[in-house]
Amino acid sequence: MFGLETLSGPAQAAATVGVVFLQALALYVGYGALTRYAGPTVLDALGGE
Amino acid sequence: MEILGMSVLLVGVFVGFGLLIGTLFGFFGMGGSFLVTPALLVLGYPSTVAVGSGLAFVFGTSVIGALRHRDHGQVDYKLAVIMTAAMTIGIEAGKSVVFFLDATGQADLVINVAYVGLLAAVGLFTLRDAWTDDGGDGDAGVPLADRVQSIHIPPMVSFRGGVRVSGAIVFAVGLVIGVLSGFLGVGGGFLLMPAMMYGLGVPAAIAVGTDILQITISGAFGAFTYAESGSVALPVVGFLLLGSALGARIGAGATNLVDEDEIKGYFAAMLLAGSVAVASNKLGTVYGIDALNALSTALIFGAAFLVSAAIVLAAVCRLRDDRTGRWCRLTTS
Repeated sequence: MFGLETLSGPAQAAATVGVVFLQALALYVGYGALTRYAGPTVLDALGGE
Repeated sequence: MEILGMSVLLVGVFVGFGLLIGTLFGFFGMGGSFLVTPALLVLGYPSTVAVGSGLAFVFGTSVIGALRHRDHGQVDYKLAVIMTAAMTIGIEAGKSVVFFLDATGQADLVINVAYVGLLAAVGLFTLRDAWTDDGGDGDAGVPLADRVQSIHIPPMVSFRGGVRVSGAIVFAVGLVIGVLSGFLGVGGGFLLMPAMMYGLGVPAAIAVGTDILQITISGAFGAFTYAESGSVALPVVGFLLLGSALGARIGAGATNLVDEDEIKGYFAAMLLAGSVAVASNKLGTVYGIDALNALSTALIFGAAFLVSAAIVLAAVCRLRDDRTGRWCRLTTS
């Protein structure tokens, strides 16, 4: 999957950990933007205001 | 319709499950591989792929959790470095104990009994502390930390939250947790968090944030080891992360809203359910009783669902400043 299996053991492992790390960073940034945009509205709604 | 070789239903299950685990992880700093690996085993993945994918998922979630806690100023890097160094040495020592026991043929029995006993002991200790706090004296966990902080073995190290402890003692605590982690084959989050809170007197939120940073490092190493043999299912990890990234934000945000004493009660409930689940699973396997294995699965997933729901409910109650409503009263320890 993702072409990583064509790499050798350590390279495949490093690429796998790298893909997970990059996805985590992308999700952190993406959800961060979403939270800044929609967060106050959601918190106000949950807080009953 | 399929996405990356998986049905839409399965993708939904993974994203939803990730959301639940992320909430627990962001809140407690533990619970990742503890829940993901059994879930993947139940879904029929080979054990090496279940463990490898579980570790890769824990790594990804803890990256997000650590960044989130850093934003809240809840990570102590000095403490994390000392703990990681000490635990790395300790884990190697713990593995040697396992190999020795393996040679005597006693490894399985001793490890399982120790795991169940340790989960139950930490759970009961935490539960007693939470209940004592509710009883009104408010500082049941302080005496041990006070005694530890009064020992002046140089070098003395200062941590966030105004904590000043002997560096030698911090290293020794990390070493012991490392030995237990290597011995039990677990990440050690369920031991590290209470050790920092009760043993060293680190505030709960900083203990969780620092714990998550340590898990990030050990998770990366574990995922790398399994990925070398291709034992990480990236699509599974990806969909789980999609849910857990949001859950980790919810969980980490909730630590700023929910009181420390309430955190302790939830943490204890998770550990006690885990203890009974592991014991039930082992007994079910040894005696071939399927009902016990089913009970174990139900306990793990039921506790995870209920506790994460309680965290979200408690956070909403604090947002509404409601402590007396019927549902809100249920969320206090």
